[in-house]
Amino acid sequence: MSQSMNVGTASDKRSIIEAGRANAEYYQDIWRFRELFYILVWRDVVVRYKQTVFGLGWTIFRPLLTALVFSLVFGRMVKVPSGGMPYAPYIYTALIPWLFLAATISDISVSLNAYAGLISKVYFPRLLAPLVATTITSIDMLISVLVLIPMLWMFHVGFSWHLLLIIPLSFLVGGLGLGLGLCFSAMNVKYRDTGLVLPYVLQFGLYLSPIIFPSSLVPEKWRLLYSLNPAVGVIEGFRWATFPNQDIHVSSIMASVLSAIVYLFLGVRYFRRMERSLADVI
Amino acid sequence: MNIAISVSNLSKRYSIDHAGSSGYHTLKDEISSGLKRLIGLNTRPKKAASEEFWAVDHIDFEVKQGERLGIIGRNGAGKSTLLKILSKVVEPTTGKIEILGRLSSLLEVGTGFHPELTGRENVYLNGAILGMSRSEIGKKFDEIVDFSGVERFIDMPVKHYSSGMYMRLAFAVAANLDPDILLIDEVLAVGDLAFQQKCLGKIESITNTGRTVLFVSHSLSSITSLCTSAILLDAGKIVASGDVSDVIMKYYGEGKETSTASFDFTQNRRYIGSEYAFLLAGAVRNQLGTVSTEVDISEPIVVEMEFEIRRPHHGPFIANFHFKTADGSVAFISHDPNQIVVGPGRYKVRCNIPGNLLNEGTYFVGLALTTYSMGITVHFYEQGIISFNVRDPIVDVKSRGSWAGSIPGSVRPNLNWETEKLS
Repeated sequence: MSQSMNVGTASDKRSIIEAGRANAEYYQDIWRFRELFYILVWRDVVVRYKQTVFGLGWTIFRPLLTALVFSLVFGRMVKVPSGGMPYAPYIYTALIPWLFLAATISDISVSLNAYAGLISKVYFPRLLAPLVATTITSIDMLISVLVLIPMLWMFHVGFSWHLLLIIPLSFLVGGLGLGLGLCFSAMNVKYRDTGLVLPYVLQFGLYLSPIIFPSSLVPEKWRLLYSLNPAVGVIEGFRWATFPNQDIHVSSIMASVLSAIVYLFLGVRYFRRMERSLADVI
Repeated sequence: MNIAISVSNLSKRYSIDHAGSSGYHTLKDEISSGLKRLIGLNTRPKKAASEEFWAVDHIDFEVKQGERLGIIGRNGAGKSTLLKILSKVVEPTTGKIEILGRLSSLLEVGTGFHPELTGRENVYLNGAILGMSRSEIGKKFDEIVDFSGVERFIDMPVKHYSSGMYMRLAFAVAANLDPDILLIDEVLAVGDLAFQQKCLGKIESITNTGRTVLFVSHSLSSITSLCTSAILLDAGKIVASGDVSDVIMKYYGEGKETSTASFDFTQNRRYIGSEYAFLLAGAVRNQLGTVSTEVDISEPIVVEMEFEIRRPHHGPFIANFHFKTADGSVAFISHDPNQIVVGPGRYKVRCNIPGNLLNEGTYFVGLALTTYSMGITVHFYEQGIISFNVRDPIVDVKSRGSWAGSIPGSVRPNLNWETEKLS
């Protein structure tokens, strides 16, 4: 906690609560409550690994198993083209950003429910809840990126400096997930059945995004429309970072960047508007 | 002397959507009405099934530094809402509050406790939630554990704690907060009597160090012993303020009608409860099923309660009734053994009390709804909200024998006696 929250120096701290005035110090408060943020992240990590038998193993094996099943079904049986790349790492690189994105969106959309007890009892900037959720999913993603490296080595895929592009791309996915997640969680407060619809949206997204197939299968004239799916750009980006000889469409990357900015802006706005009445449900 | 808290023209309006009513928005409704509009069907906007009421109704007051202010009032008078506004949990509808210094609130002990974490981990977590820094908690850790009396179990997940241990640890964290202004709401109804006394002592020592304290409690005796001044709230307005004893006298003066044989909050729009559940109505009925304050000692009676569940909690909602005698001692407490209250909706519970159980005298029944999974969550506990008088007609009362005077005790059952002549 910052100095101003400490007892010794706090006596002259003056705060004002006023109707209709969104807390003017909201973003400073997020910084001031950073220690609460760390401890909530730590709590979620500890609880996660205490509760599940597999703990860390589950985080590693879930994307690996998905990649394995997909490469058996779509690589071996259906023989979807993968541009000459080994199918398993080809799918896995696409699954990393997709699973990160999907988990971030769905975890954020339920994060306010998970914090309902706290929200009705103590004050903290409510934006902390989705930020904690995003941090947790980022940790999972980091682990799956670490698994990618031995995998590439196993399949004799060369490494290049391109791989470092995964770092900025991950921030892009995180921003996109946070923005979309905030929009959905604000919607979830207004329309209670959003939570029921979301899993289907994400399910369709898995097949509408270029995960089990290369985006080059999409006819050129539909490309622009296809890039409206913000996941397309980041998935292509991850693929291109891993397999530099693959095509990359700058337009779809730009579409992802643009959507991340737009959704973040809208998401934070809706979320802030909605959170003020959050504790009013008796 | 400086002003610690200055409140002006403060109010809070709530609108209540009833669960299951058409005030409930879903994406489905929105889409289907959108489609109907598209194809030209006339859809009138539905009449909102929500009601509005003022939980806090345009109040002004000031609290000086070092003042210990008690806030009293009937159930649903707006005391808790006021504390929630002060602790920034809910935003006021109108008005302004100026606060000088760091403010912490004990709205509910154990906020944020996680059953899977150990006692030690929960102390840090809970401390951070209440606004303490890690180094602050570190410095006070030993003191906290010592106060709680759970040293031996501190590295055990709290899911293995008894509810008493859980509450003691939670209170210990909260009691070791070091704010300039402390808000306390009814936390003393926790743990055994010895621990309650310890908490009271702790609060007393906190307040004696010159801190400003706002204290909401049903226990008028702790208000008298802790507070230097008081305000009395009724229907969201301040009806009396000033010296503690004057305000308490005023409270007693109008308190005559606060306890009756029945109440119906749906009539006068008072909403008492949590975000999960709230109380609707309660009554005591005699043998014939009519609401009555007077029952005969041999007559079976029914105490009933209606409530609404807004959303599911971690476990079943358990109704529990607390029967107290006129001198405030507990006659007995009874819990609903049917663990079927889970999902949203309106419920009614009835507790059947056989005839010839209670002694003559006046009984006050507190109605509560609690969830006992993952810690204890009290959704509401309205102490002594219902009362009835057990009348002893004296003649033909088996339990009396031939004695015609008063018989002490809170129960007077007809027991099975066996008498034999031995020689």
